[in-house]
Amino acid sequence: MANHPDAAKTGDLKLSSITKSFGDFLAVDDLDLVIPKGSFFALLGPSGCGKTTTLRMIAGLEEPTSGKIYLGDTDLTDTKSYRRPVNTVFQNYALFPHLTIFENVAFGLRRRGIKDVKEPVEKVLALVELAHLRDRKPTQLSGGQQQRIAVARAIVNRPALLLLDEPLGALDLKLRRQMQIELKWIQTEVGITFVHVTHDQEEAMTMADTIAVMNEGRIEQLGSPADLYENPKTAFVANFLGQSNFIKGTVESTSGTDQFVNLQGTRIAIPAARNSSTHKSLLVGIRPEKFRIHNVGDATTGNKLEGGIVTDISFVGVSTQYQVEMPWKQELMIFEQNDGGAPNLRKGDAVTLSWEPHFTFALDGDEDVRSGLAGADAE
Amino acid sequence: MAFAHAGTATASKPGRAGMRIPYLLLLPGLLWLLMFFVLPLINLAETSTKTPIAGGETGSYEQTFRLQNYVDAFSENSAQFSRSFIYALLATLLALAISYPLAYAIAFKSGKYKNILLVLVIAPFFTSFLLRTIAWKQILGEEGPVISILRTFHLIGPDTSITATALAVVTGMTYNFLPFMTLPIYASLERIDPRLMEASGDLYANGLTTFRRVTFPLSMPGVVAGTLLTFIPAAGDYVNAQILGNPTTKMIGNVIDSRFFRIVDYPTAAALSFTLMAAILILITVYIRRAGTDELV
Ligand SMILES: Nc1ncnc2c1ncn2[C@@H]1O[C@H](COP(=O)(O)OP(=O)(O)OP(=O)(O)O)[C@@H](O)[C@H]1O
Ligand SMILES: [Mg+2]
Repeated sequence: MANHPDAAKTGDLKLSSITKSFGDFLAVDDLDLVIPKGSFFALLGPSGCGKTTTLRMIAGLEEPTSGKIYLGDTDLTDTKSYRRPVNTVFQNYALFPHLTIFENVAFGLRRRGIKDVKEPVEKVLALVELAHLRDRKPTQLSGGQQQRIAVARAIVNRPALLLLDEPLGALDLKLRRQMQIELKWIQTEVGITFVHVTHDQEEAMTMADTIAVMNEGRIEQLGSPADLYENPKTAFVANFLGQSNFIKGTVESTSGTDQFVNLQGTRIAIPAARNSSTHKSLLVGIRPEKFRIHNVGDATTGNKLEGGIVTDISFVGVSTQYQVEMPWKQELMIFEQNDGGAPNLRKGDAVTLSWEPHFTFALDGDEDVRSGLAGADAE
Repeated sequence: MAFAHAGTATASKPGRAGMRIPYLLLLPGLLWLLMFFVLPLINLAETSTKTPIAGGETGSYEQTFRLQNYVDAFSENSAQFSRSFIYALLATLLALAISYPLAYAIAFKSGKYKNILLVLVIAPFFTSFLLRTIAWKQILGEEGPVISILRTFHLIGPDTSITATALAVVTGMTYNFLPFMTLPIYASLERIDPRLMEASGDLYANGLTTFRRVTFPLSMPGVVAGTLLTFIPAAGDYVNAQILGNPTTKMIGNVIDSRFFRIVDYPTAAALSFTLMAAILILITVYIRRAGTDELV
């Protein structure tokens, strides 16, 4: 059998100070990243933040301006793309229009000089449940089918690393959800490292073990989906993944693992571990669904903010969304499950808000509250 | 409800008018074809089976439906026929060999010079076909640069010349039809999504394999179009053989030309034209079948 390029080169993917500039524009800025072998890794970020560029450098389709790329102990930086044990599922699928589905999938195997392509190709076509389309041309397939063939064409080679560049972008919501489940299943099935690029935060959260949130060529934060959501370190991450209320506050004192913060005149507690800032002035973040809403005078636990006036109520089925104006003229957003726990409220009612301290996160006071919102809105 | 009804009522009217528009748009073209292609063709067919009026003056013919005209025309000129196809084939192959790398370079490697290069490819059309061919005669001629370079390097003897040879005819045709080859190939190369080549590289194909397995097959429509656009006019050409050739390099176009204008043997000229047309049609049908372009995107 001809030399299988993957044989020796497996292990974690490591990007070390990777930089890519186009002219004087920095598309990727001094990126350091380790992607553990066998993981499902998502690269999430707004349009133009450098996701595709990063992926192309890993695939060898773009040369980094500086920095190194390693797979295990092998330095891949100067390896030509056709010699890398890496396959890509392109954003537009890039299926070969002149070849049948079977030949599209067999392409990589044939190039590596593998004689018996029939068995692996048929196996992978069965895996993506499209064996019956083997003799068609790509243009005779639906978008979702083409997408699955693009995945099949890549994974049949058993690369050490599979790169997926927004492969689900062109699909409708239902098909996208279905493909997300299938992709996740395929990944567990074949045990290949997946690097999945997307600007859909929901997609990243449901599929990935680890998410790196990218912004302007740099990684803002890296962690598990829950970690990023519950404990964002920047306003950008907080806004890009879900919604947040930000309230300005100042640190008053620290005792043990708790910090006490003056939040617009009210003293609240925050676990010190959830404060990623060393500054005195803070931006205190509370997710809308973490708030509980009460009639004035009701018993509460945890932190408490008084003096709110309901300015808007919208019913969205599973939950109700309240807009509450606080005494310092800030509108807060509160989501309550429609499970009978919340009081019956009308516009203009006075309310008290409460939440558990460990649902708070605190950022530097000079963070831009609106950063990341444009990206999130574009979704 | 009333609103929806009004909507469908107005929508149906332009719909019906819209059905006629494609035919109206076709009309000028169809009339043109009828006047200048179908009618002359019928006239030609009719002429091709005529025979001279016994005792009449030269150039007067009567219709006798003599199909033997075709047999005679072909058997008397079979050498010119085969020469036409061989020269046209050689010119087509040469043009392909020159055009493909040229089109490839313009499509993928020319950067900001793309448009200038394309203009240069078409630039020869700004002068007349005849003048270009005569100029080509001078280039290949005794005082021309080609001969002197070849002689300097002793690639040809001092007595060998290129003008008035088959080589001159073939190179002349190659030169004259080159843009017809280059432009379609360029157009189909240009249309190829560069991501397909990246995908090929990503799937372990090196540059050469990518070209053989992806780029070239995808450029086949251009190659087929280019070879047809070169071969068909080249097979019927007579200017190059006339200006650059000698009596032994006569092509079927020259025969038709002289039958028609000099000998005023209209039936033979017409029969030859028809035979040429039929031969070309058969050849390109076989060729297109073989190339299988209809399956290509
Ligand atoms: N070949 C190039 N020349 C110049 N600039 C480029 C080139 N390729 C990318 N860029 C720029 O680099 C930045 C990052 O591009 P990239 O394609 O990586 O974005 P992305 O994160 O994949 O965005 P999207 O979600 O829209 O696909 C963009 O601002 C883009 O304009
Ligand atoms: Mg992209």
